Amino acid sequence: MSEESDLHALVVSFLGLSLISVGGGIAVLPEMSRLVVEEHGWMSQLHFAKLFALAQAAPGPNIMVVGLIGWHVAGAGGMFAAMAAMCGPTSLLAYGFTRLQRREFPWLKRVERGLVPVAVGLIAASGLLLAEGTVREAPLVLPVVAGSFLFVWRTARSPLWVLGAGALFGALLLRP
Amino acid sequence: MSPTRGELFLAYLRIGLTGFGGVNAWARQLLVERKGWLSDQHYAEALGMGQVLPGPNALNCAIAIGARFHGGAGALLACAGLLLGPMAVLVAVAALYDQYGQLPLVRAVLTGIAAAAAGMVLGTAVKMAVKLRPTPLLWLTGALALLLAMLRVPLPLVLLGLAPLGIWAAGRR
Repeated sequence: MSEESDLHALVVSFLGLSLISVGGGIAVLPEMSRLVVEEHGWMSQLHFAKLFALAQAAPGPNIMVVGLIGWHVAGAGGMFAAMAAMCGPTSLLAYGFTRLQRREFPWLKRVERGLVPVAVGLIAASGLLLAEGTVREAPLVLPVVAGSFLFVWRTARSPLWVLGAGALFGALLLRP
Repeated sequence: MSPTRGELFLAYLRIGLTGFGGVNAWARQLLVERKGWLSDQHYAEALGMGQVLPGPNALNCAIAIGARFHGGAGALLACAGLLLGPMAVLVAVAALYDQYGQLPLVRAVLTGIAAAAAGMVLGTAVKMAVKLRPTPLLWLTGALALLLAMLRVPLPLVLLGLAPLGIWAAGRR
């Protein structure tokens, strides 16, 4: 595929994704991987999981993974195009909403209460898909997935600890 | 007390660069607890709006807070602060990955981090689900979202079906 059509596909994909991204960056990961891995074939599920891991290990909003995908597909231009598509139009929408009126929106609470469970279900699906991508390639990492799951669920410590432990585990046990 | 434009930008620059594993918790701590620019409730309202509207919710939240203090310029400064630092880090990360990503040691380390990140996302989901204490109908909504996403049903269809169910279920107590 030519670079231009890749850029075009990136912008269209992430623009569409941004408009249905309710509940934050991680909730749309299954749809993102469906687009990036299956529909466009830009990378494998494992590669997708690795880019997500890189974005998690770096500071910033969860959505930064979009920039890494853009970079992988079309270099620096791809990174900016993908981020602009993911953030631009919805930012204008959010700004418009804050300007619209400043009073309370009682229905917003109910919409939120109804959508949060959907987002949580989607986030759980993201975790399972990411786990599937890594465990299929390296079955040894199953205890890392399980340990990190328990750590994050049961403690309030920074997730950087598990990312560091995962890195150490990989360095010691996964080297070919 | 409200921030000047420069203070707003610098606060968001700091939030972006220190926010590991998602920035919302860091933003709340800095803006509400340390700077005292916003009450807990105002922050929660901005975050709630950010989550309901489409788009990255940390960014939507930054826009609402920036606009609250300095209108359009504030929204722009908060966005720029939040994204510029992480984008610069990301360029470096991506370039390093291109250079060294195929080295066996780097591949092994990244696979380990990816496994940990997967477990982290699962842990976050369970934590959120427990904290919500949903009604049975809302549990069902969440479980259906999980199932449909695993079956690779396109998200627009999932939302079309489940958003009305969830909002309806949220109105029944």
